[in-house]
Amino acid sequence: MSYELSHLRELEAESIHIMREVAAEFENPALMFSGGKDSIVMLRLAEKAFAPAKIPYPVLHVDTGHNFKEVIDFRDRRTAEVGAKLIVAKVQDTIDAGTVTEETGARASRNRLQTTTLLEAIEEHRFDALFGGARRDEEKSRAKERVYSFRDDFGQWDPKGQRPELWNLYNGRIKMGEHIRVFPISNWTELDIWQYIAADEVEIPSIYFAHQRRVFERDGMLLAENDFVERMEGEEVFEEQVRYRTVGDITITGAVESDADTIEKIIEEVSATRQTERGATRADDRVSEAAMEDRKKEGYF
Amino acid sequence: MSEILRFATAGSVDDGKSTLIGRLLYDSKSIFEDQLESVGKASEKRGMEMDLSLVTDGLRAEREQGITIDVAYRYFATPKRKFIIADTPGHTQYTRNMVTGASTADVALILIDARNGVIEQSRRHSFIASLLRIPHIVVCVNKMDLVDYSEETFNEVRDEFRDFAMRLDVPDLSFIPVSALVGDNVVDKSENMPWFDGPSLLSHLETLHTASDRNMVDVRFPVQYVIRPMSEEHHDYRGYAGSVAGGVMKPGDDVVVLPSGFESKIKSIDTFEGPVDEAFPPMAVTVRLEDEIDISRGDMICRPNNQPVVSQDIDAMICWMDETQTLSSRKKYAIKHTTRAGRVMIKDINYRLDINTLHRDEEATEIALNEIGRISFRSTLPLFVDEYRRNRETGSFVLIDETTNSTVAAGMILGETAG
Repeated sequence: MSYELSHLRELEAESIHIMREVAAEFENPALMFSGGKDSIVMLRLAEKAFAPAKIPYPVLHVDTGHNFKEVIDFRDRRTAEVGAKLIVAKVQDTIDAGTVTEETGARASRNRLQTTTLLEAIEEHRFDALFGGARRDEEKSRAKERVYSFRDDFGQWDPKGQRPELWNLYNGRIKMGEHIRVFPISNWTELDIWQYIAADEVEIPSIYFAHQRRVFERDGMLLAENDFVERMEGEEVFEEQVRYRTVGDITITGAVESDADTIEKIIEEVSATRQTERGATRADDRVSEAAMEDRKKEGYF
Repeated sequence: MSEILRFATAGSVDDGKSTLIGRLLYDSKSIFEDQLESVGKASEKRGMEMDLSLVTDGLRAEREQGITIDVAYRYFATPKRKFIIADTPGHTQYTRNMVTGASTADVALILIDARNGVIEQSRRHSFIASLLRIPHIVVCVNKMDLVDYSEETFNEVRDEFRDFAMRLDVPDLSFIPVSALVGDNVVDKSENMPWFDGPSLLSHLETLHTASDRNMVDVRFPVQYVIRPMSEEHHDYRGYAGSVAGGVMKPGDDVVVLPSGFESKIKSIDTFEGPVDEAFPPMAVTVRLEDEIDISRGDMICRPNNQPVVSQDIDAMICWMDETQTLSSRKKYAIKHTTRAGRVMIKDINYRLDINTLHRDEEATEIALNEIGRISFRSTLPLFVDEYRRNRETGSFVLIDETTNSTVAAGMILGETAG
């Protein structure tokens, strides 16, 4: 008898451990859910961590209003299935309240505004721990972030002042107004996520699979034709067979040309790809060498 | 063979550590084009050709100052294994980061510049690796291209390191001559060193046997969370959720619950997928017992004939991690040990260790940032402990400052305080 777990089951065990730890030590955690594959896997792990009981915390979606319809439908159905309470914090409400001003022009995006909406939701609901589906393989600054990532009163991350994190002993002590962002799938890679989705037959929104879509090209990315983005001169719409590698705000999330219409084909594609998912499909990370680092310091996911 | 291998790297910028990792990722085709492109641009800015060390530099401050300031985690996979690298800086002032990276590592990768031989820093890293009980140490003698791939130089460094390592507790030690810059013996066997009959670094890491590193003998199950659905369907369900910290558990096993001492039998071991026949580290499961016993988070389930030490008076080695204060006798801290949280008071500093010479200073009255020492403390609650060298999970703890909430120390338990 060999007492070895497969790499997916070892990663799963680590994530479940973290999710239970948070449930035990925090008063008011919430699970951030975007409808993207990482948060879908995270929700699945939470379901597993507490079975046969229900997930003991609500699901929080920060909604830019610029969504893929398929993803919102999926979100509503899936949270109902697991019996979790869904809280939607809308960027539109933050704009209406006058706390933030909407960007204008062809490159306008609500991506940055999300941070304010998120921080307001944290304050309103008095969340002391927020699960995020970030992975360390995604991006440079995330490679340096702890599983329990401390945020001060202003929601800010201080990369140089992080608490040492050893073994599986997590320090969740905070003062009033502070909170912890918890990243239970820190050690998973994009490929691990896909392999897990395949192994566990986890359902994901249809836009991850190859489909026909009307798109236009901007900065080398294929953006979906949608009601929220003004096209600039020369940006012609055409039909292409595409799929999404990440799911986010429709105005900044690019599709990739692909004929991968099954999980197996996606895994094959991901294994062979030579571009990181963020580099290929996220305009928000292309701004500068330190784009993510700067946004995280402000309180971004 | 375990599919995941976690390794910690140590070394300073000059040792070529970042270059080595960059090389592993690059040659195993784990770097993506856009990453390579941004490294290319950054190298260009500094007027250099492709500088692979930039692959591992994440934060702005690091790029500006050309240093690595914190533990960074890297991932790559080959068809044989998935690798998680804890990449830690090598400067003196960052011992705490190396301790952090080492705490979860199966393997320590230590880099030595072939031209300089074993220096103070190599000793320090090796000592930390042995203190943290990393079961395998791989010494990469780097920059072999700069010493004409000399077998003699390699042998000298190896012998010197072995002499030093004799004084440490290292279960498995191996040496590989490499050139991270050129790529010799990193992924592929080098043709420049036909005299070396060992494997390349990557193939060594791919085949390293780690199965026996976890404790599969002493059953230890720290209760993390009590699951009580209180639903129609699962009205009377009461399960103890946690991760197995040692041994193999099976339904029907006699168990004892600490601290109460009540005995029962395992009724079932549940997972989301259904009950399982056995559970072993690092599985996360939910255990149900035959009898209704009052059990809560922080309790421990083990076998009646194999119990951990239950004590409030503990001796331990600690690494101090806080720059704003030092550790001294009579100070009080919060402790986190397995799933148990309590408070401790430092009773005594037995000695402070000079990690370069291994000299024990028994006159020391405090332990400061990045220093290591042996202490005795008393805990408000009894702790259920094993010697760290026997079980890394039930033998480790952290101390937390109750005012600042900072994690101030990492501790490795030696046992109950004598007398």
